[in-house]
Amino acid sequence: MDFSTPPYVLGETSVRRVMLQVLLGLLPGIAAYVWLVGASIVLQLAMATLAALTGEALMLWLRGRPLRLFLSDGSAIVTAWLIALTFPPLAPWWLIVVGTLCAIVVAKHLYGGLGQNPFNPAMIAFAVCIVSFPALMSQWPVLGLKLSLDEQFKLIAGLAPRIDVMSGATPLDALKTALKLGEGSVDVPTLLATQDVFGNFAGRGWEWVSSGYLLGGLWLWQRKIISWHAPLGFLGGLSLLAAALWMWSPQQFASPLFHLFSGGSLLGAFFIVTDPVSGCTTTRGKLIFGFSVGVLAYTIRVFGGYPDGVAFAVLLLNLCVPLIDMYTQPPIFGMKNEP
Amino acid sequence: MISREEFRQISASGVWHQNTSLVQILGLCPLLAVTTNLVNGVMLSLATILVMAIANVAVAALRNLIPHEIRIPVFILIVAALVTVVDLVFNAQFHELYLVLGIFIPLIVTNCIVLARVEAFANKNPPLQSACDGIFMGVGMLWTLALLGGLRELIGGGTLFSGIDMVFPGLSPLQLLPADYPGFLLAILPPGAFILLGCLIAWKNWVDARAAARQAGRGHDQTPPLAITGRI
Repeated sequence: MDFSTPPYVLGETSVRRVMLQVLLGLLPGIAAYVWLVGASIVLQLAMATLAALTGEALMLWLRGRPLRLFLSDGSAIVTAWLIALTFPPLAPWWLIVVGTLCAIVVAKHLYGGLGQNPFNPAMIAFAVCIVSFPALMSQWPVLGLKLSLDEQFKLIAGLAPRIDVMSGATPLDALKTALKLGEGSVDVPTLLATQDVFGNFAGRGWEWVSSGYLLGGLWLWQRKIISWHAPLGFLGGLSLLAAALWMWSPQQFASPLFHLFSGGSLLGAFFIVTDPVSGCTTTRGKLIFGFSVGVLAYTIRVFGGYPDGVAFAVLLLNLCVPLIDMYTQPPIFGMKNEP
Repeated sequence: MISREEFRQISASGVWHQNTSLVQILGLCPLLAVTTNLVNGVMLSLATILVMAIANVAVAALRNLIPHEIRIPVFILIVAALVTVVDLVFNAQFHELYLVLGIFIPLIVTNCIVLARVEAFANKNPPLQSACDGIFMGVGMLWTLALLGGLRELIGGGTLFSGIDMVFPGLSPLQLLPADYPGFLLAILPPGAFILLGCLIAWKNWVDARAAARQAGRGHDQTPPLAITGRI
């Protein structure tokens, strides 16, 4: 850490500015997502935003806090967008509303509101919904499925029956299921080459959504909204473990590149583990936090029963944040390097 | 004998002020595991009430004979004997429910609520008062577990009184929410019990705080106005 002596120039950062830039950073990923699945994701984003603002307003009113100040800071919208981006785009409307309300009401305001939440609200929404509604949370649209705007709207509103043909799996899920069903007779390289759900280096189409998050994340880093420690730790932890297992047995494990561009890896790396509230605050702590989340996310994703492990890994490490922060305090200037 | 005032105090503290689940936060294990529906919660509470009432009377009657140094083993022995009786009664009368509640009936022996009341109350008070204490502590547990079980059942599956046919064979559960309600599984899982219990505790504290504020407000009206200090 470097410090300078006063006088200081008053910075122009505020919660609102930071949150707006995070939203901007999400745009490349969202653009790729819209290109991939159509307008349904925009509808999900809108519903999540509406639910988040409603929940936020209700809780602020109940807690007797100024409505305008907190509603306009944009933190609820960031949470809402992250939730919408992790939920299946054709999920029924109430799913995302329930998830968002859990995030805003329980994970954020019951713990004391902005800046007080020990858990990442967006990840709470994902965890609550995947535990409670596992079937709906793993119905992803089959790629190449062309639905008209009207059909997408009807599916989300619950007016049309949910046909099984429309529900695919995420590339990660597809790989895991195929490996389990094959029981040793199939290997990863052939699966990746033959199955339609896999693209150039990860899931078909999803690799570009992930690239969009990477682009937005790098922009945020360049703007100094986020520091490089937590993302690098996360991506390092994930790819080191992935690389070790991949080199040991490329037949059984996918390459680190596949894992980096699959599931919630890049969204998690740049937009979730960088959360200034529920993540670590010290620089060394951020590295340790990110690294552990990466290792745990890979473990849950590959060896666990859930399609992706980022949410659970983040929540588990959120619990460890106070401990990590305590042991990574930088020495006070002029003191010996001892706690 | 027991005076009116004593009875009022014992019952109020059991049902509300010293509520086992909301204030003492005791017996969380059966609370988490059993309150997946209303009937289970109520039946386990009834079993606990039975054990607590009789154990409290037994310990209160023998309190002058039990050596202080080995009182805990003696208490446990008395409680264990009673639990065995309750366990056999449940097995005979409500066999299906007995299979559902499973290990949690024998585990009443280790339920810290029972031991806490025996140690904290029955060991120091006469039998009649101890019986009241056991029953009302149990009633406090009963309504909390019933409320929690009902909420979890309703949110988790949209029904109420599921499993009632195991107690009263003629009755059937109520379907309160529409049949296509997807079911909020988290409410049935242990984390849901923790979250809802937290909400209930918050609600109780809020009720108490409001009552205290009203009390203080009433008291404030009777105090002389502060302006007196201004007259010198």
